[in-house]
Amino acid sequence: MSVTVAYTLDDALESLAADPSAIVLAGGTDLMVALNSGHRRADAIVCVKRVSELRSWRHDPDAGTLRIGAAMTYSELMDDPLAGFAPALAQAARTVGSPQIRNAATIGGNIGTASPAGDGLPVLSALEAVVHVASTSGHRDVAFADFAIAPKRTVLQPGELITGVTIPVLSGFQGYSKVGVRNAMVIATASACLVVDPVGRSVRLALGSVGPLILRAPEAEAIASAAIDFEANTIGPAAIRAFGEAAGAAARPIDDHRSSAAYRRRAIEVLARRLITRACPSITGEPS
Amino acid sequence: MSPTVAAGAAVATGVLSGRLGDSPPRPDGVAKAQGSFEFSGDLTADGVLWGATLRSPHPYARIVSIDLSAAWKIAGVEAIVTAADVPGVPTYGLISQDQPVFAAEFVRFVGEPVAAVAADHPETCRRALQAIVVVYEVLEPLTDPERSLDGSFPPIHPDGNVFRQQRIVRGDTTLTGDVVVEAEYEIGMQDQAFLGLEAALAIPDPGGAGVELHVATQWLHEDQHQIAACLGLADSQVRLTLGGVGGAFGAREDISLQVHTCLLALRTGRPVRIAYSREESFLGHVHRHPARIWMRHHANTDGTIVKIEARFVLDGGAYASTSSAVLINAVTHTQGPYKCENAVVDGWAVRTNNLPCGAMRGFGVVQACFAHEGQMDRLAEACGLDPVEIRLRNAMETGDRLITGQVIENVAPVARCIRETAALPLPDEPVGGRDGDPMRLPGGAGLTADRSHIRRGIGWGVGIKNLMYSEGFDDFATARCTLLDGVVSLKFATSEVGQGFVTIAAQIARSVLGVDDVVLEPIDTTIGSAGSTSASRQTWMSGGAVDGACRLVREQLFAHVGAIHGVEPLRLGIDGRDVIDTMGELRVSVADAAHGITFQETFEHHHRPTEELDENGQGSCHTAFAFVAHRAVVDVDPDLGLVKVVQIATAQDVGRALNPLSVLGQIEGGIAQGVGLAVMEEIIQIDGRVRNANFTDYLLPTMLDMPDVVVSLIEEPDPMAPLGAKGVGEPPCISSTPAVVAAIRDAIGKALTRVPVRPSDIVF
Amino acid sequence: MNQIYTLRVNGDDREVRDAWVGESLLYVLRERLGLMGSKGACEQGECGSCSVLVDDELVCGCLVLAASATGQQIVTIEGIAPVGIPSDVQQAFVDAGAVQCGFCTPGLIMATHALLDRSPEPTEYEIREELSGNVCRCTGYGRIIDAVQRVSVSRRAAAEVTS
Repeated sequence: MSVTVAYTLDDALESLAADPSAIVLAGGTDLMVALNSGHRRADAIVCVKRVSELRSWRHDPDAGTLRIGAAMTYSELMDDPLAGFAPALAQAARTVGSPQIRNAATIGGNIGTASPAGDGLPVLSALEAVVHVASTSGHRDVAFADFAIAPKRTVLQPGELITGVTIPVLSGFQGYSKVGVRNAMVIATASACLVVDPVGRSVRLALGSVGPLILRAPEAEAIASAAIDFEANTIGPAAIRAFGEAAGAAARPIDDHRSSAAYRRRAIEVLARRLITRACPSITGEPS
Repeated sequence: MSPTVAAGAAVATGVLSGRLGDSPPRPDGVAKAQGSFEFSGDLTADGVLWGATLRSPHPYARIVSIDLSAAWKIAGVEAIVTAADVPGVPTYGLISQDQPVFAAEFVRFVGEPVAAVAADHPETCRRALQAIVVVYEVLEPLTDPERSLDGSFPPIHPDGNVFRQQRIVRGDTTLTGDVVVEAEYEIGMQDQAFLGLEAALAIPDPGGAGVELHVATQWLHEDQHQIAACLGLADSQVRLTLGGVGGAFGAREDISLQVHTCLLALRTGRPVRIAYSREESFLGHVHRHPARIWMRHHANTDGTIVKIEARFVLDGGAYASTSSAVLINAVTHTQGPYKCENAVVDGWAVRTNNLPCGAMRGFGVVQACFAHEGQMDRLAEACGLDPVEIRLRNAMETGDRLITGQVIENVAPVARCIRETAALPLPDEPVGGRDGDPMRLPGGAGLTADRSHIRRGIGWGVGIKNLMYSEGFDDFATARCTLLDGVVSLKFATSEVGQGFVTIAAQIARSVLGVDDVVLEPIDTTIGSAGSTSASRQTWMSGGAVDGACRLVREQLFAHVGAIHGVEPLRLGIDGRDVIDTMGELRVSVADAAHGITFQETFEHHHRPTEELDENGQGSCHTAFAFVAHRAVVDVDPDLGLVKVVQIATAQDVGRALNPLSVLGQIEGGIAQGVGLAVMEEIIQIDGRVRNANFTDYLLPTMLDMPDVVVSLIEEPDPMAPLGAKGVGEPPCISSTPAVVAAIRDAIGKALTRVPVRPSDIVF
Repeated sequence: MNQIYTLRVNGDDREVRDAWVGESLLYVLRERLGLMGSKGACEQGECGSCSVLVDDELVCGCLVLAASATGQQIVTIEGIAPVGIPSDVQQAFVDAGAVQCGFCTPGLIMATHALLDRSPEPTEYEIREELSGNVCRCTGYGRIIDAVQRVSVSRRAAAEVTS
């Protein structure tokens, strides 16, 4: 067994090319749990958390985008300047584990683990992020929606590494909510991210922990897009209710030891209603 | 390995400190804060091997065969032991010895030990355990306690499926009240979840003549006795020293890894360490009994309780542990801290293929209190009374009787606890606080709620808790005091598990003997038993023993000083650091009073005898009682079912606060465990399989989940207690849980008869 | 299978030999370097007992692959202050009654130093949030919050005297 600490992207990619079975280690907050418990064994590990290319971010004002290196930590995403570009991601970051976890856990790791409970993932879904992937044979971009194909399974091929993610920098409301039984260090029983794009006049709602993958709620999105008065930034109470119900209907939750399917669906309805109300704080005078 | 620790440095100034009533710092505090204090898991030795345990994956199965051959082939494996290798008694247990050291014919719970290995590295151990092939014939598990007692399931153990049944009948059982309220309550399985995982180091004597065990435990001598029996050795051949204990809360009262570690050490002739993982810890120690409790209260229209009927079913899991004693505690506390002359109570503790249950802080009374406090609120509503008023109207006083007929002879300031709690200030911050920090709202950083979504509620819980052991057990504690030139050495086998007995012991010696310097000798089995660090008993019992030993030494000192100075020793007293003649001029410092002379005394403190219960549950079975009241303020998000406990106010009957800071720590810590049971802590088993044996899914309150705690200490020294002080460890977690649940009920108007309250219980 | 690597711990270079390379930093600190002050209570980052600083970041030692921390500055509880000469935070924990069983204490001390270095005068809820990754089962946290506030106050007082 070997451990390679990569400092440059080329180092990392070459190590992965040399041993495609090597496991990528970023923040360690998922992989080390598996190694400590003996649930997983590794013969080769490539550590990428100190790769300089993955530790950077770039705001492109012309394109209106933010590119975040895969090894940026949730602590870094929580604070300015990144929080200013991606407020919902900052909100999600604050719910990740504990300060110790946020100091280690990376956004690339969150994407790569591809858990439906990954705290940052509903935000990337609602922002329609693009995931950047590289290998010694080149680079490719994958739409976030296409990246995970099953719980904890992705389109990543042996030898490939997530290098970063690009999200749009939007002017409208974006908000994230997460339900857990405890006020810190808790796995989401349900989560949601709402993004309202007044320029594109679209609404996007993504759901976490209520399906095998992060889900979008297209019917709810359509209801809200049609109902919101984007000039006045208002929506009516009936539309809020319909939006919540459609969000709940989009959830595909299960019963497990953390919660019940019925509760999770209800939680999504409530989160969706509250998020859209935050997005449009003045309700129109439509009779309720 | 357990260095002698100095219990507080000499105080050079003239100011006396570290006496009873002061709050001196812990003698082990700096070492703990610096990481140099040795916990049992930190102990190692030259040539040490690691031990590990193979556990049953099935709740109930017959062992068809065990094949060790592949495991033996792994390089680094030094020993493998199974039931066939246990040289002495094959089973152990605190009250009845029904639990195998290793499962022989049947496994009866998921996690039951089947074999153990010793090897050169934890990873070698893991590989060896994986290489052991056990063939099981899987059997249908008994997981419903009702089936244990109705006889519909064949016995899963030769001792049968019922650990104990107890009935209590008192007074006129035909009476009915003008007002009748009833409900069934359910309590989930709570884990003690101490942070310092089970760990031990066993060092064999040359030639295997005996073994030395360093272990984190609550009761060294009971461990010694059970280990020796299983090893086929005399008690004296098994010597125990307390390894640093990272919390206990009841989970270290039973044997877990003790016998396994010693056995592997004796087998290999080398030191062996075993250190449990968190998952193993969840499987490897007993838990708080899950319970179903039905209660029906009869009262007059003015709220006065007339009669209580109740039925208790406690799930003891696969082995007996202390289930029979937990049951007695539960049923004898049915009425709570309230007057009641008539009662019919039936209780069972039963065996199932669930995780074994035994001692946890509160010991059966937590379960009873959740039910009786739910009933008091129902009664208040039915009678149109305020929750405080109904409790005051029924509050027990010294001289009242329990439904067992036992007279409460202790100080019993129930009404004062309630009134002083009510007088404590409510939170001065509105819902969500003034600073707008989202962490103040239910849901916290999850940003699930805005202030407008939140409803605030207030609820009450009042509790009674027995102190020390019950039912005729001759409970005692031993201590030895040595005085030489103004320095006291104290020796006892009292387990220090974090509660602070080491601090109190030195305070007692300083107060009795007028010294500053107190040295604590290693805590081990080279002195008589101290009994268990449980049942809120060590301040009373070991405190009484230290006090007694110090007083005997003081008599010797006075006799010596009296003889030298020609003063009647009875006239002598301690004033500050001096021996003085209370009727004359003599004043000589303790340090100078008897140069070079060693005074030493050993004292055993026994509490007064208790009785067994008869078939109608009558008898003075308990030793003493303490009382407490809690008021909880909670903020609830009714639509998401999330709860933020905002404040707990409490007034507790402590007798006398020997160390107010320690008392406060016990109160706040106990409340944290009560809050945990109220809203998040539960071991979830489905068909006998544990689903959350880890800290990701077994949730403990974090700093963000703990409310502000406002405390009033009720100090009415108890004449029955050696130092006037009552045990303070358990009451905080007795009635804090029902107070939180009552507050949630108050906020949302739902019945909520089960703890922990889950979000779905609030929403649906 | 095994490789030799060097860790820089509390200012010293420490060579790690014969280690299984999947070992966590917590395991290596305790079992190979004899630094028993960092505690393990969950091995999944949920308790904070193993908190250490790696390049000035507070992390859980159990979630750091030891062999990946080469070339980084590692500070453990043993590196905070010499034995017998407690830091102000350590002394405040003792004085405030924030130590009971003490198992969580080293981790909390590390987290408190990290918090106060970054935010010398934290609000109560800042303390609660920043220390929420450190579980204590004994104290209910009240005395711990008090200890942190005591240090904050005493440091400010000391700064005012010197300025």
